[in-house]
Amino acid sequence: MKKTVFLGALAIAGVTGTMAAAQTLEDVTSRGALNCGISTGLVGFASQDANGEWQGFDVAVCRAVAAAVLGDPSAVDFTPTTNQVRFEVLNSGEIDMLARNTTWTFSRDVDLKLEFTGINYYDGQGFMVPAALGVSSAKELDGATVCIQAGTTTELNLADFFRINNMSYQPVPISTASEAQQQYLAGSCDVYTTDASGLAATRAAFEDPAGHIILPEIISKEPLGPLVRHGDNEWGDVVRWTLNALIAAEELGVTSANIEELSAGTDNPEINRLLGSEGNLGEMLGLSADWAKNAIAAGGNYGEIFERHIGQNTPIGLARGLNAQWTEGGLLYAPPFR
Amino acid sequence: MSTMSDPSQPVFRLSMLVNDTRYRGITFQIIAFMAIVLLFGWMAWNATQNLAALGQNISYGFLGEQAGYDINQKLIPYASTDTHLRAAVVGILNTLLVAFLGCVTATIIGVVVGILRLSKNWLVAKLMSGYVEIFRNVPVLIWILIIFSVMSNALPAPNAFRGENPSASMVMDAFAFTNRGVYIPRPVWEPGSFLVVAVFIASIVGIFALRRYAVKLLFDTGRELKTFWPSIGLFFVPTLLAYFVLGRPITLEYPELRGFNFQGGIQIFGSLIGLWFALALYTGAFIAENVRAGIMAVSKGQTEAASALGMRPGRIMRLVILPQALRVIIPPLISQYLNLTKNSSLAAAVGYMDITGTLGGITLNQTGRSFEAILLLMLFYLIISLSIAGLMNLYNNAVKLKER
Repeated sequence: MKKTVFLGALAIAGVTGTMAAAQTLEDVTSRGALNCGISTGLVGFASQDANGEWQGFDVAVCRAVAAAVLGDPSAVDFTPTTNQVRFEVLNSGEIDMLARNTTWTFSRDVDLKLEFTGINYYDGQGFMVPAALGVSSAKELDGATVCIQAGTTTELNLADFFRINNMSYQPVPISTASEAQQQYLAGSCDVYTTDASGLAATRAAFEDPAGHIILPEIISKEPLGPLVRHGDNEWGDVVRWTLNALIAAEELGVTSANIEELSAGTDNPEINRLLGSEGNLGEMLGLSADWAKNAIAAGGNYGEIFERHIGQNTPIGLARGLNAQWTEGGLLYAPPFR
Repeated sequence: MSTMSDPSQPVFRLSMLVNDTRYRGITFQIIAFMAIVLLFGWMAWNATQNLAALGQNISYGFLGEQAGYDINQKLIPYASTDTHLRAAVVGILNTLLVAFLGCVTATIIGVVVGILRLSKNWLVAKLMSGYVEIFRNVPVLIWILIIFSVMSNALPAPNAFRGENPSASMVMDAFAFTNRGVYIPRPVWEPGSFLVVAVFIASIVGIFALRRYAVKLLFDTGRELKTFWPSIGLFFVPTLLAYFVLGRPITLEYPELRGFNFQGGIQIFGSLIGLWFALALYTGAFIAENVRAGIMAVSKGQTEAASALGMRPGRIMRLVILPQALRVIIPPLISQYLNLTKNSSLAAAVGYMDITGTLGGITLNQTGRSFEAILLLMLFYLIISLSIAGLMNLYNNAVKLKER
């Protein structure tokens, strides 16, 4: 499978020849659709609803970018990618951006030549165990068998955590989240580990969510965010500022309900610049003046997207925590629109 | 008119390269060869160019860096602080292990089923063809997944062995069948144990010597020496004697439930069992067909001649049919061994950490060096396949019909 993708990538690269660096934006505009890489299926972040439409927190980022660039949030072709192939699919040009709970790390940013365009979820790696196991802390997991998704940063964090604490464990590497869940439910591992948000999403899909507990230890920093290829800064700016627009909109009180009213012009110059009734921010990005308005109208501001897909009133039930606005004690802090 | 031409000195003209049959073959071969070189050269150039355009270079430096991940099944000591190279070696050994186990088991299954398929017993013959058809016609990946998920869902979790009234118990207090794998006792070698092993090896050599002597005696004098019971005796008596005389130097460490899992003993991972059995059953079905074809290729006259001499059916098969059938069986058997070895790269489906799982899986993902890792993988499988083919060809040369 990996070989096929690799050869495919080689073939695509061969056909297109040397890819000019800065033309993703033109490609997307002329194609009339955004190619967006997402997860193969993680409830709340990217999953198909009853109508076969992709829905979720990561999917909403893709839709917002499509709305900003093309004015149409449905002009997205989704490409589900596994952990193993996601970067190759992006680097080969098959997709324009990747929004797939991907952790921003130094080596991915620098060595793999990727460009992270911001953080849409501040996460950390946690552990889930069956409540019947009677474990209340990750420090009690000496000798446990741990199911992990292969090819993620969680593998390395896990190895570090157990080594530092002088504990032994047995890793069971599984290639997809759903298989890992089956193995965990069948009892072939004691513990399932991934990002805490992923654990909550996984548990929500269980028949008996109350029978499983998520241990309090968070053993790593996992800033998740959308990313693009290295070297196309114009396109990187578009994705970065679309995400910032969603975050800023929440801070400024712009919601999908009042956006029409506010875009007519307000007495707050920051809102006016954001929504395009003042200044020429859209032109600077190479987009229309109402790009941010379209992006926000697509699925609401950051807070609305969060609450709809993974918030406390959803089965996933995540609290805002670190992902609250900086004014509310969280880490979300969009740079000024000026 | 033609007296002026000198036949001993033909003039060479360029057009002869195409028109003259003496040169034409060589000309086209050279052209084809250059075209192939150019094609591969262009592919390599294109790959490096495109990698450079993506800002990546080709470097194998990552092999010396710290791997950072753990591997559950390791035949040599390995920790997450070791290098990617060592992780790759762990993977190579795991690949070789499952390939070896698979080839041996598939051969046994194949030979037995192949012979039974020709049985006169209707039920046995039909059962065996049922097995062959079912396993041959379903992709091996499906079999791997089926056997693995049956193991992880049908067998009890280690937790079931716990408590006053456990729902599962160990077989003979020594073997535990769990959905994480099978735990078996591990021999502990204490001082003096090597003597027992030496006696055991000596008695195996003795059995072979006895059999050779019996054959020699039969050919020289026509007298038949019974070897069955003496062989059995040689196999057990000296080793057991040495074992008790030396004060039981070999003891067994039994697996026991401690903490989350069984500890002690040897754990045979569920992923290994799933992969091993699936590969063996799948390839065994193909080998069974090879064996059947080989046996049927031996003329019926051979069987009839042998029974006319008064030989019993078992001996006819062992001494007359199979040696001749082997000449037909071995060449396709080689390709079945190669298939099995290459199919073992499907290990990733059940999380068995073979070379595709370590070097081609986690290492590739963590370092992003896909080009380099895939090239190394291809090189590894090429070397392994060529070695297996080479060894089997040696064997084939030994059994094939000698033409003089």
